[in-house]
Amino acid sequence: MQETLNHINDLKEIRSMMEKSSRFISLSGLSGIFAGIFALLGAATAYWYLDLNLTSPSDYKLNPEEYYLFFFLDAFIVLSLAICSGIFFTIRQSKKKNQKIWDKTSYRLVINVLIPLAVGGFFCLGLLYHQLPGLIAPATLLFYGLALLNGSKYTLDDVRYLGYTQIGLGLVATFLPGHGLLFWAIGFGIMHIVYGTLMYFKYEK
Amino acid sequence: MKNLINNLNKAFENRIRLGIMSVLMVNDWVDFIDLKEMLDVTDGNLASHINALEKTNYIMVRKSFIGKKPNTSFSATEEGKNAFKEHLNALESLIRGEGR
Repeated sequence: MQETLNHINDLKEIRSMMEKSSRFISLSGLSGIFAGIFALLGAATAYWYLDLNLTSPSDYKLNPEEYYLFFFLDAFIVLSLAICSGIFFTIRQSKKKNQKIWDKTSYRLVINVLIPLAVGGFFCLGLLYHQLPGLIAPATLLFYGLALLNGSKYTLDDVRYLGYTQIGLGLVATFLPGHGLLFWAIGFGIMHIVYGTLMYFKYEK
Repeated sequence: MKNLINNLNKAFENRIRLGIMSVLMVNDWVDFIDLKEMLDVTDGNLASHINALEKTNYIMVRKSFIGKKPNTSFSATEEGKNAFKEHLNALESLIRGEGR
């Protein structure tokens, strides 16, 4: 019996080593939940401040420059808050799991997420340049989904499904112009909360 | 039962060697320093296990330079990967067998 226990422990240790050395495991579901909350707050702010209607195509009540500036500022603030809270919960989680916060696995994850995101960012600038602002919201969802899909190989695999969801939303949004804010609210807001909660209960509770 | 136990590889009958092979199964090349960090062992301890695994041709060593600093990294050989997979299979069948 003791023999079997040793073998089981060996296998557990082997699997654990393989995971820890190739994936960043300190990702916390709480990061997703808070990112989602900030995104919903940002969407709500845009909705009320710009007096938009979520479900019918947007009427421009301000001139385009003010519109873009507001959205840019809104998105920037939401992103900063989401990143800060993400880092906070990740540090908390890595302390709990007794892992280093910044090592090869976290570096690999960051690079593999940042590259698609950076490409998406530049592509969105290109869309602005070509005066196709209606495609910006779908594009952000698509590139974010692809970034998550790519990064999921280097962290908890569940992130992959969030990636698929964002890609799906992005594709639908591509063919439903004028509903950018709604899809942003669903993708960056609600979906983050859903997946964050699922991951929290799967790994941390 | 005797047959199954014989399939366990003596080269891996050590926590640290199991750790080394596990890491090298899922990463192509790993630096000495990273391996040491992940396994939480001393330089000397790691070096002796690496030597043993190298002698049996289960891992290969690559010495290179990062700028002016020397850097040693390791990779599992084809033979090493196969041997480790067999060891894992043996462990699993032993567990399943005795868990009847």
